[in-house]
Amino acid sequence: MADKPKKEKIPRQPMPEQESKVRAKNFDEVPTGQSPEAAMKEAARCIQCKKPACVTGCPVGVDIPGFIKLVKEGEFTQAITKVWEKNSLPAVCGRVCPQELQCEEVCILGKKGDPVAIGNLERFVADYERQNKKAPPMEKAAPSGKRVAVVGSGPSGLTVAGDLILKGHDVTIYEAFHKPGGVLVYGIPEFRLPKEIVFSEVAGLEAMGAELECNAVVGRSVTLEELFEQDYDAIFLGVGAGLPRFLNVPGENLVGIFSANEYLTRSNLMKAYLFPEYDTPVIKGKNVITLGAGNVAMDSARTALRLGAKKSRIVYRRSRDEVPARGAEVHHAEEEGVEFHFLTAPTKFLGNEKGRVTGMEGLKMELGEPDESGRRSPIPIEGSEFELECDLAIIAVGAGPNPLLTQSTEGLKLNRWGYIKADERTGKTSKKAIWAGGDIVTGSATVILAMGAGRAAADSIHEYLTLGW
Amino acid sequence: MFKIVKREEMAQGTVILNEVEAPLIAKKAKPGQFVILKANETGERIPLTMADTDPEKGTITIIYMVVGKSTALFRDLKVGDVYQDVIGPLGKATHLEEVGKVVCVGGGTGVAVLHPITRALKEVGNGVTCIIGARTKDLLILEKEMEAASHELQVCTDDGSYGHHGFVTEVLKDVLEEGDIQLVVGIGPVPMMKAVCNLTKEYNVKTLVSLNPIMIDGTGMCGGCRVTVGGKTKFACVDGPEFDGHEVNFDELMLRLQAYLEEEKESNDHYCNLSNA
Ligand SMILES: Cc1cc2nc3c(=O)[nH]c(=O)nc-3n(C[C@H](O)[C@H](O)[C@H](O)COP(=O)(O)OP(=O)(O)OC[C@H]3O[C@@H](n4cnc5c(N)ncnc54)[C@H](O)[C@@H]3O)c2cc1C
Ligand code: SF4
Ligand code: FES
Repeated sequence: MADKPKKEKIPRQPMPEQESKVRAKNFDEVPTGQSPEAAMKEAARCIQCKKPACVTGCPVGVDIPGFIKLVKEGEFTQAITKVWEKNSLPAVCGRVCPQELQCEEVCILGKKGDPVAIGNLERFVADYERQNKKAPPMEKAAPSGKRVAVVGSGPSGLTVAGDLILKGHDVTIYEAFHKPGGVLVYGIPEFRLPKEIVFSEVAGLEAMGAELECNAVVGRSVTLEELFEQDYDAIFLGVGAGLPRFLNVPGENLVGIFSANEYLTRSNLMKAYLFPEYDTPVIKGKNVITLGAGNVAMDSARTALRLGAKKSRIVYRRSRDEVPARGAEVHHAEEEGVEFHFLTAPTKFLGNEKGRVTGMEGLKMELGEPDESGRRSPIPIEGSEFELECDLAIIAVGAGPNPLLTQSTEGLKLNRWGYIKADERTGKTSKKAIWAGGDIVTGSATVILAMGAGRAAADSIHEYLTLGW
Repeated sequence: MFKIVKREEMAQGTVILNEVEAPLIAKKAKPGQFVILKANETGERIPLTMADTDPEKGTITIIYMVVGKSTALFRDLKVGDVYQDVIGPLGKATHLEEVGKVVCVGGGTGVAVLHPITRALKEVGNGVTCIIGARTKDLLILEKEMEAASHELQVCTDDGSYGHHGFVTEVLKDVLEEGDIQLVVGIGPVPMMKAVCNLTKEYNVKTLVSLNPIMIDGTGMCGGCRVTVGGKTKFACVDGPEFDGHEVNFDELMLRLQAYLEEEKESNDHYCNLSNA
């Protein structure tokens, strides 16, 4: 008997990208998207596991083999409907989720080779639908007559709004900025997540009936008590972790030292990269240092290159092994020419007579014992002082909870870091009819975790509106 | 969209008053608080402390000096035109309490910011002396209003074209000499506020100033507005805008305000070219 012809193994389909030298000078998206043929070929790699590990790795439980099967068959419109059942922002998640730590990490194919490119496929079906607009709108339940206020229009707030609109409730989103989207719009740069995608998602929500009030700083423009007086039955707080952390070293207030929040907000939300067509300026450093090594730091260092930096360096006090940013982001940054200085920490910024930053002084570090977080803590090496020159420094060492809203609200319990205490399963806070979720509960996390928290809160709010607290 | 219902040139082409429809802000705003305005889609977010509010009419009044591209854009808006975005009220309101004799010192468009604060300080029972100044007579604003808002008004111009010939600090010194002043509020250009504070320090009189650093969000999320007060970094948009003037590092503020001088020039040239095309 002749051997059965061996099934040809399809390799993981690459995502086409702009060449690194070219893209480091523009703000266009780095990956350019896959063709339908490539997507179908990739989808054919999935072996349709009976007990799909990938789904357990997905924080919102998307039916991954289900939608992938539809992609394989070329049923892209049905595929997006399948994804929407669990994830209302797939074009966003396909781009910014850390799939390598979630669905793709546990995909069975990853045991021996490359996992299925689940993120790329999610992105493909979402982009296909945005371009072709063929999927039927999701069905809306009969009006309940209940009103919900959602504070903050980041991924958690948008998810709550989308879910509750479908369940028949009236939803108004209050956003402090003049544009919706939260970090997706002010933080994550255009070259990773085109803003047009976020606005198109929000437009979809508005088309379904959600109201959007921008320029509404809850706690200042209107308080939560006043919202209840305006006959809202429930409130969801998804205000993010927007308070920038600084290093508290001398010289930090010199001109040319930004928090990553300010640097990225100027560039992304205010479009300083299009200055002077857009009026908001940003200092365009030639020699830039970014402090920190998370996603936010990578975004800052890569933005600096695109704004004309000759040198863009990351200074991080731990080693490469502890870098918190996604591997793909570090890889992209290195390809584009970002340099990494590990085990170095700033002790002071230096400036000139105009009060502008000219450099930093720092110390070399070595790693000691692991701390509570399990990461080895850096210890300064005596006598290892050094100087680095720079004309722009970006501080990307994390963010905390903004007290503006939480402090104007009596009876809202916070934990010792100032984040809102909320039930893990439902998002209920210590105050009746108020829910919270996303970064303002967990501290800086991810888009998908914020969405997961939004989904859980929406379910709980719906239960409250139909059954009571 | 926020419609302009009244527009006045208080000094031709340079100091402009806009009364803007913003009913929710008008209802909530307290003296000392500010708003952030953005003229159009491509505009910059500019913080301005409100000069007045009318909760019944649902309007707020802002007064600004035309200094760069963004304020030039504001200047070119007519009655019936709109600001695309107005956000507020932001910042902490002035702490109002009866302390006795108070002196309110205003320079340039700082007088606009000082106006509601002066009025409120008088309303809570203080004896209010007001000293306002400008470079020259044509740039002096709100004289009548300040007269009504205080018990006594003194006016100075740097060039002597009107009122006392000289700086507000000279008049302030005379008032302080008479003694018994409990509080000074000084609002105006940074060098003026610094001079006022240096003087009141000598007399050991508590002094409030209202700071105007460069801002983006006005809600505490960017840190662009940071100022050093008493050796500590504060965010002017949420911890202020008013601070104890004796604790403020004015030199740092001055340098930070000049962060974008070059860019402002580029932006202005760009705007002029467009306007002339
Ligand atoms: C630069 C950067 C890059 C990132 N990259 C990634 C990535 O690649 N992948 C990933 O998964 N995650 C990433 N993250 C993290 C992710 O963006 C966040 O975890 C997520 O956005 C949190 O969502 P959220 O809904 O809790 O809040 P946010 O997205 O922070 O949104 C909160 C919104 O509430 C508004 N708000 C705040 N206070 C008020 C108030 N008082 N009244 C009204 N509105 C208010 C804010 O203006 C904001 O729009 C990144 C974060 C940053 C900063
Ligand atoms: S684990 Fe991998 S192979 Fe299995 S269903 Fe999920 S994507 Fe397909
Ligand atoms: S203006 Fe951004 S923190 Fe004050």
